[in-house]
Amino acid sequence: MPHEETVYDALDHAHGGEGHWAFGTGFDEPLAGVDTTVPDGVDPADLGAYCLMLGDDALVLAQRLTQWITAAPELEEEVAIGNTALDLLGQARLLLARAGSVGVLGRSRERATDSIPDEDALAYFRDADEFCNTGLVEAENGDFGQTVVRLLVASTVRLAVFARLRESRDPVLAAIAAKGVNELAYHRDHAARWVLRLGDGTAESHRRAQDGVDAVWPLLADVLTATDVERRLVAAGVAVDPADVREEVRDVLTTVLERATLRVPGWPADTPPRGRAGKHGPELTALLETLQGLARQHPAATW
Amino acid sequence: MTAVTAHPAAATDPRAVAETVTDPELPALTLADLGVLRDVRVHDGTVVVDITPTYSGCPAMGVMRADLLHALHSAGFDDVEVRTVLSPAWSSDWISEAGRRKLAAAGIAPPGRAPVRPAGPVPLQLGPSRRTASCPLCGSPDTEELSEFGATACKALRRCRSCREPFEHVKEI
Repeated sequence: MPHEETVYDALDHAHGGEGHWAFGTGFDEPLAGVDTTVPDGVDPADLGAYCLMLGDDALVLAQRLTQWITAAPELEEEVAIGNTALDLLGQARLLLARAGSVGVLGRSRERATDSIPDEDALAYFRDADEFCNTGLVEAENGDFGQTVVRLLVASTVRLAVFARLRESRDPVLAAIAAKGVNELAYHRDHAARWVLRLGDGTAESHRRAQDGVDAVWPLLADVLTATDVERRLVAAGVAVDPADVREEVRDVLTTVLERATLRVPGWPADTPPRGRAGKHGPELTALLETLQGLARQHPAATW
Repeated sequence: MTAVTAHPAAATDPRAVAETVTDPELPALTLADLGVLRDVRVHDGTVVVDITPTYSGCPAMGVMRADLLHALHSAGFDDVEVRTVLSPAWSSDWISEAGRRKLAAAGIAPPGRAPVRPAGPVPLQLGPSRRTASCPLCGSPDTEELSEFGATACKALRRCRSCREPFEHVKEI
């Protein structure tokens, strides 16, 4: 940086010294220059809703992981969890920006001021019942054992979906997925090695890992059941049918849990979509209060 | 990459200007060294610069964009557009030979070959990391991984068993 004293001077220069919205990353448009044309035969409202599903999963899990900062069992793991959360936050940002680019902003645009970018309006100015993340990511962290089991399950499902999504007819979604695959493979393998270490570790670590498996397992049903939006987009060649990833998810999780000497619970029965349909527990409301509270109190703040 | 013609208002080649801009988090390297700078061209009098993020959540993209705009404006190019390119996804294989030498000189081990990711399911890696890196300080190949994640999204942390010094390693993706 030859011309400025600090990075902040560079950002200030880019904005003519007028400052920008305080709570987001509005200094950089995540899809600047990307062709955001919707492919023929695709309903923009469906595409936007699907991007919100995938984006909200990443945003909420990133926020959950961030709760470990200053509390992780060792410094290296704190850095690992922080980096994992950052990758997910980046995926969330691209996906929410894609949702905004096709006009799916809901009531968030009425609540946010005009200068707030779409992805920030969606992240900060929707209520819990407008979020469509699954129950798998919104559940409380529990102890570290439960946290790494949830991260294993969530990243296994997401990696399987993203690997297929690389072939999506929406080129923006395909590009986001191709980038995400590299990150998610790293997250999944990292979480899997922790589950091995804890499951095949001491009696106490084994007990905690098994408790984590038993707590997280029932939440799988909410992830692997397709919504009407997903069904229509599968037909249009845009989305991945959650049913198509079941076998891979089951194989990967069974491999890890058996190697970790952990008991694999029975596959959960299908349930109607909950999280995807905006049905959430009070734990999501509490999470969003932390995530959104300051921005909603000071919606016009700049720095 | 296509050749560019000099902007009439500027004496220099916009590509040459863009190639001087350094990475905010690895200031020893330029964006061109890292493979983040994908293209520089002139279209209807506007300099169009393509950059790609290393990781989805890379927080430095805004600074990169601002630095590119500032460098090109200072060189006399008034109309500059910096575009994000998401596809194909950045790979550590795109770090140039010069970039690898600069990384090592800065005490950071350069990445090995990135894993090939064909279509279809991504295989699980349950064993200890198979990544290797020679110590950028003493050159010993006898090093171990301390953490799969480092101070930035693109780096892991290792330690040399010979000279005992810890060092950073750019991850292969």
